Amino acid sequence: MSTVIDLSHVAEAAPGRSIGQKPPDDVLLDVRGLKTYFHVLDGTVPAVDGVDFQIKRGETLGLVGESGCGKSVTSLTIMRLIDIPPGEIAAGEIWFDGVDILSLSPSEMRDIRGSEMSMIFQEPMTSLNPVFTVGYQIAEAVKAHRNVSKNSARDRAIEMLAAVGIPSPERRFKQYPHELSGGMRQRVMIAMALSCDPKLIIADEPTTALDVTIQAQILELMKSIQERTGTALLLITHDLAVVAETVERIAVMYAGRIVEAGTAEEVLLDPKHPYTQGLIASIPSTVPRGQRLNVIKGTVPNPFRMPTGCRFEPRCPHAFGPCKDFDPPLRLTGPNRESACWLQYPPGELPVKETDAPPATPVPVERVGH
Amino acid sequence: MTGQLPIDPAAAASPPESPASGEPALVSVQGLVKYFPIMGGLLRRKVGDIKAVDGVSFDISKGEVFGLVGESGCGKTTLGRAVLYLQRPTAGEVFFDGQNLSTLKANKLRRMRSRMQLIFQDPYGSLNPRMPVSDIVGEGLLAQGMKSSTARERKVEQTMQAVGLRPEYCRRYPHEFSGGQRQRIGIARALALDPDFIVCDEAVSALDVSIQSQILNLMLDLRREFNLTYLFIAHNLSVIEYVSDRIGVMYLGKLVEVATAEQLFKGARHPYSVALLSATPDPDPRVRKKRLVLRGDVPSPANPPSGCRFHTRCWLRERLGNPEICSTVDPPLHDTGGGQMSACHFAEQVSVEAAEEAAATQSVIETAAGAT
Repeated sequence: MSTVIDLSHVAEAAPGRSIGQKPPDDVLLDVRGLKTYFHVLDGTVPAVDGVDFQIKRGETLGLVGESGCGKSVTSLTIMRLIDIPPGEIAAGEIWFDGVDILSLSPSEMRDIRGSEMSMIFQEPMTSLNPVFTVGYQIAEAVKAHRNVSKNSARDRAIEMLAAVGIPSPERRFKQYPHELSGGMRQRVMIAMALSCDPKLIIADEPTTALDVTIQAQILELMKSIQERTGTALLLITHDLAVVAETVERIAVMYAGRIVEAGTAEEVLLDPKHPYTQGLIASIPSTVPRGQRLNVIKGTVPNPFRMPTGCRFEPRCPHAFGPCKDFDPPLRLTGPNRESACWLQYPPGELPVKETDAPPATPVPVERVGH
Repeated sequence: MTGQLPIDPAAAASPPESPASGEPALVSVQGLVKYFPIMGGLLRRKVGDIKAVDGVSFDISKGEVFGLVGESGCGKTTLGRAVLYLQRPTAGEVFFDGQNLSTLKANKLRRMRSRMQLIFQDPYGSLNPRMPVSDIVGEGLLAQGMKSSTARERKVEQTMQAVGLRPEYCRRYPHEFSGGQRQRIGIARALALDPDFIVCDEAVSALDVSIQSQILNLMLDLRREFNLTYLFIAHNLSVIEYVSDRIGVMYLGKLVEVATAEQLFKGARHPYSVALLSATPDPDPRVRKKRLVLRGDVPSPANPPSGCRFHTRCWLRERLGNPEICSTVDPPLHDTGGGQMSACHFAEQVSVEAAEEAAATQSVIETAAGAT
């Protein structure tokens, strides 16, 4: 109880996985101890600071968090789309389909990007090139990755436009992005992402810019395509309701870290981490009218002055003994269920500050969720 | 008030009637129309109109929160601005506390404005980065003739305290605050003039959910404390359900349904409201309902469909075998019982069961069809 636990190694590797070892075959994407830093004038921003998660083949994972938590930087790092400098991948491994893609050369990475893994961006207005027809842009992706003729690339593009529910695809093939509505553009983005039969699709806030009826169209489409093709999906969003309807597993991010992971049911119905609990209780529809909404006090920490202990400690209603000084690593609390909170540790495993006299009795631990 | 919209100004220029509750209406909107001209051709002549708001009537009682929900481009922001006379309506009347705003002279309207304020969506774009908070919050006081700077300062400090900001912060500039704090500044600016009525235009849409709940709590506290009346414009149904007493659903410049929050969420009476509710994702993973997905996109407000504006995407019309009346006659907003108003020819056939049946039979891939 009085010994100081060295946690540096735990934070580097998630439970049951070790650095440098190829993950089992059924794991498509294995992100381990990933750290992406940005060196800016004012100092270093640890946008992603030790992220661990896995996606099995054909699985759907939702990465949830509020703005600035590092979820988009995580996805861009996986695609190797971070500008270096000012960015730096400071630590970690990204195993994709049995290869650590951080060790690949830029040209090897180009073969994977857009082909084996592809991305759907938030803003369908700006992620399509306005001076080319949408058909040309899809065919271009096919030609870049498949050794096919111009005509068969065109046929493939039309086939993909039809597959995402765009009426009269031959006509749409020749249209420019500005001639399409927001929902249609997002369908074109999905067609482009699917055109080379990727093993993994990363969708970064794919429906945030869309109206709710169009969002419903796009989510239904993504679900049905995912079921039909068996592609794995990493869905990044701030909207808990969107992940609740779309994915099997959820990972919650806060201040550059994963704080909780599990199946959608486990995380949303029985959240273990106080941040997830606060987030769910803040959704207006979970509270009857007239009752006050739950509030997570304060704001996210300044990235230049991250708390030394748990990053959620300054806002946490359950903070106790070790929280201020020690950063809790992810701990398995069930099969495939992880939480980074000292409340999930038995009292005997809690670290104690060297200078403090150990308390005579263990700090009473309030079990969250019971 | 009937749903038959008095677009003829002469017919509409009567003083507001009392709504059903018997409380006098603080704000009464009658047959409001706002068109924006489309200029085109070589001589930049007017070639058409964007019919942003096309005949909208509703009342807001004192102390009520009236929620206005709809998708982008349906005219809810234009309506909010036209109600405040920030944009002069093309036709129709707005009565505020019994006074017809269209007959007020500019200086009287300006004085009236101190009683009606606006909170904007974007907490970044709506605050002047070159002004300290004290000037931002105090600018309205100065404009309304509070010349003494000490009196202004005192009022600014009081207001900042009311919205949960430390008065010491009043010399700081907007960039020194987080998004949630900036939205509090925006609220303080609206509150400084002791208004009776505030239009909140997507006031929490740009905020993260944990900050959003702080601001929503604050707005409801202020309503109780200062006896405020809100017109709350949002596209997020769960926010609208939480804050509103009554809700108006807008589609392509028209109100298609007006109901209390409970009526709307338990039994909507317009096919568009039903589809909107069905499309909203539920944070409970056990409720993986089969969604009713609308076909295509919202038609252009420059050239809205004939008859009922929703008929091109309507799932109910399809189920009823495409009756002709939908594409020829514009359905008026009428009472369907208990004060619940719906603008649908077949409002009595709208039910949760019908929507679920329609959802079960639709195919996902087809849903883009109909949009051209």
